[in-house]
Amino acid sequence: MSDLNERDTSAPDASRQEQTEFLSFRIGDGEYSVDIMSVREIRGWTRTTSLPHAPAFIRGVINLRGTVLPVVDLAMRLGLDETEPEDRNVIIVVDVAARVMGLRVDAVSDILSFSEDQLQPPPDMAGSGQATFVKALTILDDRMVRLLDLEAVLPSGEEIAA
Amino acid sequence: MTDPMQEIMASFFVECEELHEALIDALQSMADGFHDAETINVAFRAVHSIKGGAGAFGLEELVGFSHQFETVMDACRSNELAISDDLVQLFLRCGDFLSDLIRCSRDGDTINAVASEALIDELSGFVPKADTDAASEEIDFQPMTLSLDDLGGDASDDLPMDLPPLADLGPAPVDEETVQAAALLIRFAPEPELYESGNEPLFLLRSLADLGPCQVDLDFAPPSSIDELAKPGGRLSWTVRVETDQPASAAQEIFEFAAGLCRLEIGPASEMDGALPGALPTVEEDIPALVETPLPEIIESKQPTVPPSDGAPRSAAPTKTVAKVSPTVRVDLERIERLVNLVGELVINQAMLSQSIAEENIPQNSPVSAGLDEFMQLTRNIQESVMMIRAQPVKSLFQRMSRIVREASSAVNKSVRLVTDGENTEIDKTAIECLADPLTHMIRNAVDHGLESSERRVANGKPKQGEIRLAAAHRSGRVIIEVTDDGGGINREKVLAIALKKGLVPEDVVLNDNEIDQLLFLPGFSTADEVSALSGRGVGMDVVKTQITSLGGRITIDSTPGVGTKFSISLPLTLAVLDGMVVTVAGETLVVPLNAIVETLSLTAKDLRPIGPGQVVLCVRERFVPVLDLGKELGYRQALSIDNGAIALLISPEEGTLVAMLVDTIEDQRQVVIKGLQESYGRVRGVAAATILGDGKIALILDPNDIAQSASGVAFDNVQKEAS
Repeated sequence: MSDLNERDTSAPDASRQEQTEFLSFRIGDGEYSVDIMSVREIRGWTRTTSLPHAPAFIRGVINLRGTVLPVVDLAMRLGLDETEPEDRNVIIVVDVAARVMGLRVDAVSDILSFSEDQLQPPPDMAGSGQATFVKALTILDDRMVRLLDLEAVLPSGEEIAA
Repeated sequence: MTDPMQEIMASFFVECEELHEALIDALQSMADGFHDAETINVAFRAVHSIKGGAGAFGLEELVGFSHQFETVMDACRSNELAISDDLVQLFLRCGDFLSDLIRCSRDGDTINAVASEALIDELSGFVPKADTDAASEEIDFQPMTLSLDDLGGDASDDLPMDLPPLADLGPAPVDEETVQAAALLIRFAPEPELYESGNEPLFLLRSLADLGPCQVDLDFAPPSSIDELAKPGGRLSWTVRVETDQPASAAQEIFEFAAGLCRLEIGPASEMDGALPGALPTVEEDIPALVETPLPEIIESKQPTVPPSDGAPRSAAPTKTVAKVSPTVRVDLERIERLVNLVGELVINQAMLSQSIAEENIPQNSPVSAGLDEFMQLTRNIQESVMMIRAQPVKSLFQRMSRIVREASSAVNKSVRLVTDGENTEIDKTAIECLADPLTHMIRNAVDHGLESSERRVANGKPKQGEIRLAAAHRSGRVIIEVTDDGGGINREKVLAIALKKGLVPEDVVLNDNEIDQLLFLPGFSTADEVSALSGRGVGMDVVKTQITSLGGRITIDSTPGVGTKFSISLPLTLAVLDGMVVTVAGETLVVPLNAIVETLSLTAKDLRPIGPGQVVLCVRERFVPVLDLGKELGYRQALSIDNGAIALLISPEEGTLVAMLVDTIEDQRQVVIKGLQESYGRVRGVAAATILGDGKIALILDPNDIAQSASGVAFDNVQKEAS
């Protein structure tokens, strides 16, 4: 116990202050993350019930303990290559702006902590539609981690109707 | 301070609704010829309670109106005023207006003072003599006021309120006028129950201050020990001296709602000085006894608490009502909703459990199977009970409609009688609320368009008064609500002519009677020659139909020229569970509402006939029916192949039309719990909702009518090739 306490106090206070935790996960070769406060739970992949007339990135709906949970295929939403779901895939249940949705990702990797100054806005690149989903970028051990803007990722009502 | 007050006020308005319902109920039975004392009492008490509550919240208009209302009713109650049909009709109109007043007071809307005045005038016209109601009012407080004359002699008497008035009952009102600027002494000792029921002595004392300058003394007996202090209950009491020329009954009225919850003495100040606290029974009980009991008796017995004689309404009647009504609990609809959801979970869970037990091949006679059977039984019982909580009798809805009939009939100057039937039929509360608008439309339509004018009715040999029947009944798992009028029936020629004129149907169309009736449901259709204030704005029946359909119901018309028209609404019993047929299409499991399916057919390639490029029809009993492939309509597969025997579900999206929907297999027929898709995802075309099946998978519940209407009509290439 005393050991632990010591270690806590010895940690550099200044950098800890503003730190936010993020859940990072993999899609294809890329590493992405979302604010951990919006993550409700992580579930193994289950077969979805597809919805008619839905956009391609809507995988369908699953039964989350009695409620109907729509699942967004994040790879397709971000414009990456389509992959067939495997059992190793994971559904991250997020709660954003009072809406609960599932995000299908390849695998969850880690919980990361960044402070505000470690995050950089994505460079302004003309003609890149995908950029709107990425809120910020950061470098961790030479890897680039993309921080997703969940409100943009979740489909709006018009997108569903279309 | 404002928030708790607002809460109390909100619950007062909820109570008002219930009281108003009881009032209209009683008035309705008075209109039906029941003039017995109990019915009048029920109505009187309802108005009286509304007035009392309104007084506590300072809703002046409500108090003023209900006061006049109850005064006239009181006259009826005491047989001073004979109950005539006109009077009952006036009462009903007053009842309607009272509900407006309540609503206005609740929402803070402006009150129609002119209408209020008019009704009050009409009411006062009914009181036989101008002073009758004053006199009857004053009888209430005679005992106290009169005792003023005799103060000296009785000051030491233990029962001061009792004796003095006996001699002078007659000239009482006169005396009342002459005695000015007297003072009232009120002793008020709340019992614990007063606090428990949420009364606030402060408000009562404040109201007293409205009567005149007040001197309030707190009588506080210090507890003799800590133990005593720990005992529940109030230990405060007050003595209030009010300088007022108001009679004691004014003060008594303030304490009306505290009656029975406190020890209360009210009397002229000079007289009360010597009386001991608790020496007097509560005023509430005392007064009726004095009023109703013949005077000599009191003289002989000298008992203030003469047991109420059979005529004493105030103390005797409430106990009767209490015994009659079974206790109820008011519950937030959201909580019930949550319970319904949980029970839904339970049903799904139980289905999953039985499925996995079936997969384990456990023998039928094992304890596990027996236990599961019992569990299933219990689940079903719980589910039914929970659904019953949501169910409510349609009575309140029907009552609202009787008002619509009254208003509508007077607006178009027709004499109309509303006959209701089966008003204790219970349906889902949500459905009741959603039905109010469509029913209002239909009733107005029936009064305005359905019934002929009085002259024409007489000319056709019908009774002058038109009749509208509103009936509800349970029939084979659904609720049927019928609106029937005995009018002229639908004028089909006129309907068709209007539809043609408005371009709603093609020029050369040939329609049978039923199809013409259906034209009434077309958007923008209105048969009224001129737009009346009542209906005929062209927003009628199509809206009605949409609303009914959104409740999972259907509406049909049955009309006979010269005899009348009947609209039947058929609704599912509950909005939370649905009888469905579980089918598979292109590997997906779907649920089709059973009520939408007319018939199921097993097909071979020969049954389908191409009628043109990309169009296939199915021949059912010499009738050609358009065919839709569900797999294609929902985007699950490109084109249909029926090599391995498809199955067609015959759907009737509208009365008289048929559409065949092709599915691969029919799996099961069962009750499914409806799970909204709208909140979590959004509206999906052709899909009504979702449900969770026994294996925990989600299945979509289709909306066949929506699919039929938005059918793509794209070719079934394979079929065409096979067929040709």
